[in-house]
Amino acid sequence: MKLTPEQKLSPEEILKDLDRYRPRRKGWTWRRSIKDDDAKIGPFEYRQAAEPLKKSIPLPAAKSFGGIDPHPGCVVTSEIASGRFEDDLRRMRMVAWHGADHLMVIRTAGQSHFDGLIEGTPEGVGGVPISRKQIRATRKALDLIEDEVGRQLNFHSYISGVAGPEIAVLFAEEGVNGAHQDPQYNVLYRNVNMYRSFVDAAVAKKLMLSANILQIDGAHNANATAREAWKVMPELLVQHAINCRYSELVGMPRENIALSTVPPTAPPAPALRIDLPYAVALRQLFKDFKMRAQMNTKYMESCTREVTVTHPLNLLLSRLTSADIQSTITPDEGRNVPWHYNSVHAVNTARQALIGLDGITDMVKLNLEGELGHKSRELKERAVLFLEEILEVGGYFAAVDQGFFVDSGFYPERNGDGIKRDPAGGVASDSIVPREEDYYAPVCHHFGYNNPPIDFGDHSSPCAPIDGCSLCRPEKIIYIDELDPEDNVEKRLEKSRQYRENTFKPEAEWAGDGIVTMTMLLPVSEDMAEYGAMDIAGRMNLEDVEVINLQKMHPAEGTLVEIKGRVGFSLDPKNITIPHKEAVLSEEEIRLAVQNRPLTIVAGTVGEDEHSVGMREILDIKHGGLEGFGIDCHYLGTSVPIEKMADAAVELDADAILISTIITHNDAHRQSMRKLNQVCREKGLRDELILVAGGTQVTNEIAQEEGLDRGFGRGTKGIDVASFLIKKKDSVEKNREN
Amino acid sequence: MKREDDYRQRRSTVKNLTDEQLDHKFWGLTDQVVNPLFELARGHTSPSIERSVLLRMGFSSLEAKQIVLNCGKYGLLGKGAGHVVLRFAQKRNLPYREAGLILAEGREWDQAAALFEKEGPS
Repeated sequence: MKLTPEQKLSPEEILKDLDRYRPRRKGWTWRRSIKDDDAKIGPFEYRQAAEPLKKSIPLPAAKSFGGIDPHPGCVVTSEIASGRFEDDLRRMRMVAWHGADHLMVIRTAGQSHFDGLIEGTPEGVGGVPISRKQIRATRKALDLIEDEVGRQLNFHSYISGVAGPEIAVLFAEEGVNGAHQDPQYNVLYRNVNMYRSFVDAAVAKKLMLSANILQIDGAHNANATAREAWKVMPELLVQHAINCRYSELVGMPRENIALSTVPPTAPPAPALRIDLPYAVALRQLFKDFKMRAQMNTKYMESCTREVTVTHPLNLLLSRLTSADIQSTITPDEGRNVPWHYNSVHAVNTARQALIGLDGITDMVKLNLEGELGHKSRELKERAVLFLEEILEVGGYFAAVDQGFFVDSGFYPERNGDGIKRDPAGGVASDSIVPREEDYYAPVCHHFGYNNPPIDFGDHSSPCAPIDGCSLCRPEKIIYIDELDPEDNVEKRLEKSRQYRENTFKPEAEWAGDGIVTMTMLLPVSEDMAEYGAMDIAGRMNLEDVEVINLQKMHPAEGTLVEIKGRVGFSLDPKNITIPHKEAVLSEEEIRLAVQNRPLTIVAGTVGEDEHSVGMREILDIKHGGLEGFGIDCHYLGTSVPIEKMADAAVELDADAILISTIITHNDAHRQSMRKLNQVCREKGLRDELILVAGGTQVTNEIAQEEGLDRGFGRGTKGIDVASFLIKKKDSVEKNREN
Repeated sequence: MKREDDYRQRRSTVKNLTDEQLDHKFWGLTDQVVNPLFELARGHTSPSIERSVLLRMGFSSLEAKQIVLNCGKYGLLGKGAGHVVLRFAQKRNLPYREAGLILAEGREWDQAAALFEKEGPS
């Protein structure tokens, strides 16, 4: 099975023969960076770029730079989890084409407390139920997508909750490449019993190591949780250290351990002045570990523009310090579970800003001598004092019991609002058991005390007595397909099939969801705007309408409203007519043609029309107009009589006349076009001159009906007109030669 | 607990350290916090850990769940669930997977438990 760009990914194909699918590799992959001669992409040399993709969609502005598509050297994450993994696969393909190579699947709400593995493919809430079938299908799809884009893709999810060790086995067996693993996360945010969390974590970490799974910690959650997030910075250093050292004790090398860091503030705070000392302190203390830089989520409101300014500030911080993995947060996370196109936007925000900042530290250096150095030193001192007090009160468990963590005070300040957990309480309390002297586990990569009895024969490897464990002999893995006959992927695919194969609908997250958004300014107060917008959507027959953003422009003058709703119909491709698209010459081809054979044109707005903006855009060099290609343009102004246009063309020995006209009720635009054709014929110029009309409502059909060579309507760019003129001139000359 | 920011007073223990000494102290204290946690983990097991062993032995998640539940019921988790399965297989002279499936069905646990009785709980 192979993907081709023109064909949609079929979840049905992915699910075929899944019981026999084995991952083709295990472990994390970093991007290959490019250096020296290889680092030249188009006209530029890059200092922090990765090998380009085989297939990709460049940033929109790339068309002004010869279509180049440089990507940053760090791994870029996209967090995807709509609750239906089969729809997430298609989104993963979209983001991979934009440069994401770390696909992180959020788990369904409640999986942390599920005592065991989930099997099958039930639908999730705010994430996906992580099961063998689901991750195997996802890994299989990613294998195909990575062949398509030409870059290895890392698949990632969570090893937490009360089934951590089992999930770690599952991930090691199925080729999951990265995972969150941090026992503190269980304790603080999921109220899993603290002894259980740490005991399980050691086994899970060792299993991660067996498959070279990159670990990301959970410290960043304190940022998202604490009342005043910028004050928990000393504690964050401590949380990172606890998980890092614990992992190292289990045997994980530092290059497999990534710290999850989030800039703690966002504007209107003076964000960089607070975030930068923290970023510096982290990188000083955790030298050989990896940095996973996350974008801020805590201060995300429903305005996607606001978020899309905060995030590049986070990216500036990544470039001023370092990031091995740049995570992305979708601009709509303050509104809803992320949508397809917002996942792409988030990846593009990272790619755009990081490439824009390429090599910045070759020119700009951090000044550690002044305030920055002092502040980062202070954070480290406060963290050391935090550790000292943990030991004073009797260690980690006692400190959690006393609410040390996620307190909103700037330590040693304490506000008494930290998260307190009872060491004897929480989910799965009283569930750990001492390993007895004859404790034995006949498997590989098992952490902790293990005492193989001599009477089980061959002990050449830990799993020899069972003739191989599943990590050595994957054929021993037992694959369970589905447990629930109703809540499963096949049932969901049956329902969505018509929207994937026969018809189509708008789509935000799930095939056939029909979701569209609408943006409007209503010239009324917020309350009125909210309900007014709902009324408008109702009259447009949108269903399940919700306001997703409401922003005051002025208390009385106006409110910006964005709404979402569902359309109740689908479209049949057979009934859609796509007009023939003319191939446009490239900028280079046009310039070359004009150099070889200069072109002169006469242009003006005709009739009683004083509008000149559209025409100027077609002509002006600064709008990418005809002048920019070297075409000699003579603009005669507005309300120019047709005769004058023709006379000017004779005088200048022009190749073409371009008129601009607006549509009028009395068909004056048609009259102007007709007259241009007639006048040129009468003067014997018609065969020599190319006649073109343009305007927002002009169509090619109207222009040709009135005897002109071509009409251009709304959205036309200079290059379209230039391309036409060159081609037309070519064909005129060819006809003449014949 | 509420406390004003007394960083200026508390820092007397750290303020004269060089940056390198401060980093060193940070990691030294971290070790002191983490070492007992590591020791706890080394000497303990849990239902999830034992299920993870059974998964690696080639049992399904559903089978592993039943075996571990019964290990808990019979006080055998501290022996290791995989160990229990192997001992029982040895006793019954069965391939270990077949023996495990008997246990997963909740059968013959008295016999399995008896295999460990002479050693007694520690």
